[in-house]
Amino acid sequence: MVKNNLPRIGVIGAGRLGTALAKQSLSVGYEVRISNSRGPESLELLLSVLLPGAIAATIDETISKSDIVILAFPLRYYKSLTPQLFIGKIVIDAMNYWAPVEGDIAEFADATITSSEMVQQYLHDAHVIKTLNHIAYNEIEEHALPLQSKGYRAIGIAGDDRDAKLTAMAYVEALGFDGVDLGVLKNGALLQPDTRLFNARMSADSMKSQTAVRI
Amino acid sequence: MELGVYSFGDVQRNGKKLGSTSEGITNLLEAMQIADKVGLDFFGVGEHHTSYFPASSPGTILAAAAATTKQIKLGSAVSVLSTDDPVRIYQQFATANIISGGRVEVIAGRGSSTESFPLFGYELKDYDALYTEKLDLLLQLNNLDKNERITWEGIHRAPLQDAQIVPQSDDPLKIWLATGGNPDSSIRAAALGLPIAYAVIGGRISRFAPLVDLYHAAAKQYGTESDALQVSIASPGYIADSAQDAKETFWKAWGWTMTELGKVRGFAAPDRAHYDAESNHDGALFAGSADEIADRIIELHKRIGHSRHIFQMDVGQLPHDKFLHSIELLGTVVAPKVRKALASGKK
Repeated sequence: MVKNNLPRIGVIGAGRLGTALAKQSLSVGYEVRISNSRGPESLELLLSVLLPGAIAATIDETISKSDIVILAFPLRYYKSLTPQLFIGKIVIDAMNYWAPVEGDIAEFADATITSSEMVQQYLHDAHVIKTLNHIAYNEIEEHALPLQSKGYRAIGIAGDDRDAKLTAMAYVEALGFDGVDLGVLKNGALLQPDTRLFNARMSADSMKSQTAVRI
Repeated sequence: MELGVYSFGDVQRNGKKLGSTSEGITNLLEAMQIADKVGLDFFGVGEHHTSYFPASSPGTILAAAAATTKQIKLGSAVSVLSTDDPVRIYQQFATANIISGGRVEVIAGRGSSTESFPLFGYELKDYDALYTEKLDLLLQLNNLDKNERITWEGIHRAPLQDAQIVPQSDDPLKIWLATGGNPDSSIRAAALGLPIAYAVIGGRISRFAPLVDLYHAAAKQYGTESDALQVSIASPGYIADSAQDAKETFWKAWGWTMTELGKVRGFAAPDRAHYDAESNHDGALFAGSADEIADRIIELHKRIGHSRHIFQMDVGQLPHDKFLHSIELLGTVVAPKVRKALASGKK
């Protein structure tokens, strides 16, 4: 049942991660739009079987009709998004530059800033939050737990805008995870591939001590 | 229900020292022969290109196994189709199929490694386009009539003009589409009317049940429903005489492999709690006693109706004699129990 007071979720990308996030968001009561590069018709079958209740949309509709837009597609395509549609939007960047698995990309390999900062520079009018990039897609459903349960799993959250980060934090907690504020967007580096947090199952206390973040 | 094994020809280790790749290959061939002797249905060889996974050329070892086994079906698990030439894959597998008397199959996928892309001069960003085009050509070659020639044109390979491709398999090869769980892959396999091979290397195995539903729903939509639509599951697994022995031994082997892979690929190593959660009940790791593994296969079959389940046993530091014993237990204890249970379930 969709709860009307919750932010509307838009997922761009209908692969493993995108469908997992959409499914978990639906199950805890969010209104969910999902899109891919081939248009909403291409998603009808997938939605009817895997994501009943989600709304198939174009990418542009997904952006304009959502409060939180989740990027869950291969990072190399981020410049196919239309920046003008993102004014004031909260963007969750769940993507990674993961060279050993997805290949070298010079644009990211040569960069002196994190991939999420590059996404923020491109989507200059959005509030980009780095989170949900360091958990395996299947664990989003499998590890979700009620608030403060035993074994509650930490998910790091990094972003520059305080209000956007609070909204993202509430979303991550609604999904079933213990959100840990890692500070500014640049600190998203702590969550990237080849870090101790990437793919690691840990509590919030453990994440805080491993990142030594002081808020 | 068909049961079997798949392997990347993992090399042995002595402490921290990695054994030779040649030993990995001779061990692999021996394992295939044992699997045949104990009556297993399938053995798959997965293409990788590293010092620890040296089975880089499945077609070659399948030909050797074809000549030295009697009844077992043999296949790749998987062939990295995107970076190979479909003409060459067809020729190699058709040759092995002829030698084997019709027991060779192709499981075409991506695999989890990326080494073959730079090795053979391809770009990972072209992965999808390469796969689509090469699968198209492979299927066309496989469906040619006797002595029929092919004219074909694509983007990533030189065109074929009235070309003859030999040898031809007497019957078409069975070609599976392999996937790690992307929903589009289930739809693609169904649209093409191909059997589908799911690789489930972690997490809960039942999460693939909705994808199997999607596969069948797509087949209905595309009008491709037939007996050719089959579901195979590939997962890590290891069987020993006792459940405790199996779980402890496989933790060492699997845990070591995941730790090493994590270093290469940049993810945190799994801990024991992770392993314990995934090597029981609905987890993807089938390490246990023969009875326990048989029960778990039967339970999964009730949920997803798969017609084949194959296990990757020889990961990391698993000693070769334990690998062979595990194959023996799968063939002589697990398989009869599973077959009996499923036969009685159908009455």
